[in-house]
Amino acid sequence: MEKNFPAIVRDYLSTCTVGIAGCGGLGSTCAINLARAGVGKLVIADFDIVTPENLERQYYFRDQVGKLKVHALKDNIERIDPSISVKAFDLKLCSSDIMELFAGCDIIVEAFDRAEMKQMIIETTLNDMPDKHLVTGCGLAGWGKTDILRVERLGKVIVCGDQVSEVAPETPLTAPRVGIVANMEANEVIELLMQKFLKENEDLTK
Amino acid sequence: MKILLNNKEEVIEAGSITISELLVLKKFTWKMLIIKVNGRVLKRSEYDTTTVKDGDDVSVFHLITGG
Repeated sequence: MEKNFPAIVRDYLSTCTVGIAGCGGLGSTCAINLARAGVGKLVIADFDIVTPENLERQYYFRDQVGKLKVHALKDNIERIDPSISVKAFDLKLCSSDIMELFAGCDIIVEAFDRAEMKQMIIETTLNDMPDKHLVTGCGLAGWGKTDILRVERLGKVIVCGDQVSEVAPETPLTAPRVGIVANMEANEVIELLMQKFLKENEDLTK
Repeated sequence: MKILLNNKEEVIEAGSITISELLVLKKFTWKMLIIKVNGRVLKRSEYDTTTVKDGDDVSVFHLITGG
């Protein structure tokens, strides 16, 4: 293996583009860690603003309350690494937006809150973007139960979460568990990007 | 016929059945689902036209709010 393999990997990741649909608990944390890992281009979309309650688990700060999430997240990513290109779209995504905004992305991350939005993006990618990988989060409410969180690969759709834990008064969303699933999504993205890279550069790991 | 439904063997009193019929029969009332048949994820438009046959492997996943 070459000595500067980590640097080669970062160079490669800096050329990759990842789309993130939704910038709440899943999307904000996933985006931040993809940025830290070196992914060079991010396309983020959300229609919401930061509220004080969001600070309980989303990657924003007190002084960002009232800002659009996409603008606050872009600022936070640029504070970590100003060389990362962040395209921020302030809108509630529909099927045609997904096709348009994420067409140039290597991988799309589903980071919506509501199940019907999750279904919409899964169907859009399956129907209209069949070659695209979609990494989704499903079942992450409550606390504990780290051991039942898992990844299920359904062809190009990758499902992260326990697939059972619903948000309810007795099982609210909590920062650690949402954060774990957000990072499972980010980790799957890196794995997919690296699979492609290693396939094309077999000599590097010999 | 016998099928594998979410990794459990199920006996269905028919030679073949559509996905839509299977959802009713097995009382999958949850609206937000992903369905996989023999490794392939179906589009919703295929639920009425895709038939399940003896020996098929069907998985039904619930999509759950939270993110």
